[in-house]
Amino acid sequence: VIPEATAATGTGQRGSRASVTEQGLPNSLPRPEGELEALEQIWRPPSGWRFLTVVNNSYIGVFYLGTALLFFLLAGLLALMMRSQLAFAENDLISQDTYNQVFTMHGTIMMFLFAVPAVEAFGVYLLPNMQGARDLPFPRLSAYAFWAYLVGGLVFFCSLFFGLAPKGGWFMYPPLTSYQYSPGPNADFWLLGIGFIEISAIAGAIEIVVGVLKTRAPGMTLDKLPIYAWAMLIFAAMIIFGFPAIILGTALLEIERSFHWPFFIAEKGGDPLLWQHLFWFFGHPEVYIIFLPAAGFVSTILPTMAQTPLVGYRFVVLALLATGFIAFGVWVHHMFTTGIPQLSVSFFSAASMAVSVPAGIQLFAWIATIAKGRLQITTPSLFILGFLAIFTVGGLTGVMVGIVPFDWQVHDTYFVVAHFHYVLIGGMVFPLFAAFYYWAPLDSTQRLSERTGRWIFGLMFAGFNLTFFPMHITGLLGMPRRVWTYPSELGWEWLNLTSTLGAFLMAAGVLLFLIELARNYRPFMGETPGNVWDASTLEWLPSGNYANRSVPIVESRDPLWDQPNLARDVEDGRYYLPGAPTGGREALITSPVEARPQYVVQIPGPNLPTVVAAVFTAFFFLLLTVKLVIPAIICGVIAIVAIILWLWDTDPGPTHSGVDIGGGITLPVYVTGPVSHAWWAMIVLILVAGSVFAALIFSYYFLWTASPDVWPSSTGWQVPDASWPVASALLLAGSGAAMALGGRALAASDRLGQWPVRGALLVAVVLLGASLAAELLSQWQAGLRPQESGYAAVVYMVSALQGVFVTTLAIMAFFTIARSMTGRLNAVRRSTYDNTLLLWYYAVGQGLIGLAMVHLSPRLL
Amino acid sequence: MSGPMKAAVFILGAPLLCGGCVGIQSPLDTHGDHAALIAVLSWVMFIGATLISLGVVGVTAYAMFGDRERRARFLDRRLIIGGGILFPTATLTALLIHSLILANRLVAVTADDKPLRIEVIGEQWWWRVHYLDEQGQRAFTTANEVRIPVGQPIEFILTTADVIHSFWIPSLGGKLDMIPGHVNRLRLKADRAGVLRGQCAEYCGGAHALMAFFAVVETPEHFAAWYDGQRTPARQPADPFLIKGRDLFLSSGCGGCHAIRGTAAAGVIGPDLTHIGSRRSIGAGLYPVNAGTLAGWIVDSQHLKPENRMPSFNVFTGEELRALAAYLQSLK
Repeated sequence: VIPEATAATGTGQRGSRASVTEQGLPNSLPRPEGELEALEQIWRPPSGWRFLTVVNNSYIGVFYLGTALLFFLLAGLLALMMRSQLAFAENDLISQDTYNQVFTMHGTIMMFLFAVPAVEAFGVYLLPNMQGARDLPFPRLSAYAFWAYLVGGLVFFCSLFFGLAPKGGWFMYPPLTSYQYSPGPNADFWLLGIGFIEISAIAGAIEIVVGVLKTRAPGMTLDKLPIYAWAMLIFAAMIIFGFPAIILGTALLEIERSFHWPFFIAEKGGDPLLWQHLFWFFGHPEVYIIFLPAAGFVSTILPTMAQTPLVGYRFVVLALLATGFIAFGVWVHHMFTTGIPQLSVSFFSAASMAVSVPAGIQLFAWIATIAKGRLQITTPSLFILGFLAIFTVGGLTGVMVGIVPFDWQVHDTYFVVAHFHYVLIGGMVFPLFAAFYYWAPLDSTQRLSERTGRWIFGLMFAGFNLTFFPMHITGLLGMPRRVWTYPSELGWEWLNLTSTLGAFLMAAGVLLFLIELARNYRPFMGETPGNVWDASTLEWLPSGNYANRSVPIVESRDPLWDQPNLARDVEDGRYYLPGAPTGGREALITSPVEARPQYVVQIPGPNLPTVVAAVFTAFFFLLLTVKLVIPAIICGVIAIVAIILWLWDTDPGPTHSGVDIGGGITLPVYVTGPVSHAWWAMIVLILVAGSVFAALIFSYYFLWTASPDVWPSSTGWQVPDASWPVASALLLAGSGAAMALGGRALAASDRLGQWPVRGALLVAVVLLGASLAAELLSQWQAGLRPQESGYAAVVYMVSALQGVFVTTLAIMAFFTIARSMTGRLNAVRRSTYDNTLLLWYYAVGQGLIGLAMVHLSPRLL
Repeated sequence: MSGPMKAAVFILGAPLLCGGCVGIQSPLDTHGDHAALIAVLSWVMFIGATLISLGVVGVTAYAMFGDRERRARFLDRRLIIGGGILFPTATLTALLIHSLILANRLVAVTADDKPLRIEVIGEQWWWRVHYLDEQGQRAFTTANEVRIPVGQPIEFILTTADVIHSFWIPSLGGKLDMIPGHVNRLRLKADRAGVLRGQCAEYCGGAHALMAFFAVVETPEHFAAWYDGQRTPARQPADPFLIKGRDLFLSSGCGGCHAIRGTAAAGVIGPDLTHIGSRRSIGAGLYPVNAGTLAGWIVDSQHLKPENRMPSFNVFTGEELRALAAYLQSLK
């Protein structure tokens, strides 16, 4: 489909090469009259109050980033409060209870409301532009994720003003955080507040995976994918496999708090360590989830500043992949002092050493890039040099705390506080500031001041080191973390005072940055200064609300350096899809590896229900927190209705028989099955669901090993007769079969009409619900109650999780029936049915595995 | 500890081990072989990390300012393979193997050592301490302080009464968590006498910052005398003022929570006070023990240690309070 690209390596020195596309660009000039105007009209964001419903990635990305910055400032203020309290020994500026809330909120906000959203926001903003795409494939989903995050995050923060903020530390270890020792709503704010931020993060991750794999400029094979996009792809994959553990963990803890199902209560056969495993299985990858996008920034900015391609592209990609894998094998290094067996400690210590190899590969690839080119000392360069220095130190102390005997001493001391701030601020905040400075000219009418930038960097770098370097020593003098006061005779006071002074110095740098933003940052105001750094990646192409006028063909890793005239030809509309042939917003969907054009997707535009759904989702969780159940349910129903409204026009069907994108290529505008972006999104969602279920399977067997004495083999409790699970399994299978038959009936609906499809959906819903009811009834009639033991709780939890799917699928089935009744479902326009079918198969599989586990294990173990 | 090892500790530890200036709660001020071995490892890593950091800064500076031709020739893909793969793999493998051997050694149980067993139970926000005799029975109960003899292996049996705590005496060795449903055993040995401080290292809510204790390392003779003293019931006062204090203690309901062996007070909710006068601190490492701090604690414990489980008892006259405090102080 695409003209064969010449052997593009992208690894040579920058320079121009002859290119086949020069001989014949896909579209000819002059472009038809009105084409550009139509494009502008279609992609223009709504005006007036309706501007709030905007979905374009370049707007949502900036809002998202601005909100993340706001939370960075708020959590930074909390840090200054803590530093003020600790400046002097036996200080009483802040009370014990307030301090405990403040440090919990500082960590929680920095991790969940700043770091992950900030890097996700940059992804939403940059990825489509960097890949030559018009927008992300699910713009409303990004908008939904943003609004839920904004509203929920702000309310969550406000809990501090009422003394209701969580105070269990950002990793919320039970039993301290369970109902017995934290009876107030504080811990619920954390669990439910973080709960929907997780949903927001997962929505973003699905968007990014599909965006990177399916919406690239033709010719941008995986081998030519910008490093930043690689980093974001792996970032999203890590969210998909890492976040489910904490989603399950927060669900278990909230259920324990609300309904007293004893997952973590030792006396009843639960185990507090289960939480630690679930939390850190998410929590350690989380560090790399934050770091990988930042590493992507560095690998993008540094080559520009050195004006030479990144040295060792493949090494860096492999390093990113290796980090993604190894990161899931290190979580127990947070638990070296829990007394777990030496053998497993050894394994996790080794994995913790191994993860420094990919970090080292990237570090030296960056240094080699500097050596090869000539580094211009700009503000982004300074932040990156600062990053290299700080992150190296943080990495080395990371090796130290991965060493088991050393960790026994410094675990939970200020040495660890110093370490992870070196890693997180050095590894993420400094590259983020480099990125702010570097990419600000993309949407601001003027650049940020280089002169001020040097001051900002200087203050932040000096302040950072003055704050956190002494903490290594404070820790080695024995100061534990999370203490609101300390005695004067232990020699910690001068170190703490130094840290406090440093913190204010760093804050001065951040303040100067805010002033600089107020002075010079002018987004969405018109003409931008263009490719000010002479960068090589596509986001620097001339663009408007429609992104690029035409979708370029990429032949190099550094297209703007290696493909002469690219910018002009793209802007003139000589590449693919220079207009809007369907009359609406559209994007080119390409194949995941080779990036060959597959079809043109009509993507949805601004939409009020999306915003409504997000706001009410946030309120659903927040009202649940304060136990206002009825208002919460009302909000939940409104959110679901709004989601249905938002989705109603997102499956438009084949409105055109095919559109000409240029170069003799005519593409369909509607596809279903494995080629379609919707199919990919559903598969990714199923991976998320499967990971949640895997975490539950882990929990089941973990509790068995922890407290076999509450298992039926010890208690003598008679497990339900085998006929129950067999019946339940048959019902499940029948439900899946009904859906499969319904799918066939849909294919033949021209002949058979719609009633067989609707009937199949109804039957499938009934059988799925009946299967769950049978399982619940079997345990109940056998006398098992979820409150009585860890075993009973986890058995019912398998059903509870299945119940989530039964509910979701019932809604999806009725949605599909509604589309059928209104003539929006047929043999071709069947994306809605196919997506429901995919998730249905998953739920049937999960149900069968769950039944096998719950009923076979007690008989075999 | 072997001779060469001691020399190594001395040489490597010299920069910071300037006698007491690291305080009594530092892993670098070692009073036992576990802590000493870890301290040596620590210094090796600190020095190694410093050299590596300087090396990275140096290479980066060369990459920026070195001769363009030459730096591009030296610092290419080989730098990535050498610096990013070979060097860390070699050094980290060596470090890992050494550290795991050390870790196994630190937790190893040898058949012939007869450890002194001390059961420590973490509670919000203090430490309940039971000394076990050779039969494994509880010999006596104390709180917020452990005394141990020089040279004898100690086995701390660590559990919790409520949430997760972590038991840590930095000068003797690493920390170990106290987790509901789990019994953890920490083996330590002191090799020189001194007063050491320990502190809860796992955040345990409210007054976590004020949950400390003292570990007193004594000669075996001193320890034996103390041990025998602790096994005896509380001394009966003869002084009328102290008798008044004791009677107040018993009549005011203090015995509902506290035990004083030899009296009717047998509460088990709070610390055993049988020999409170001989301890180094009240409030879990918070204040030294004297009549003033004892009286202050009784009257205003919620202010001195917010959220602790003992209510402030502002119900005594000045005279009564003095008698009560004097009685407690006399419980040596």
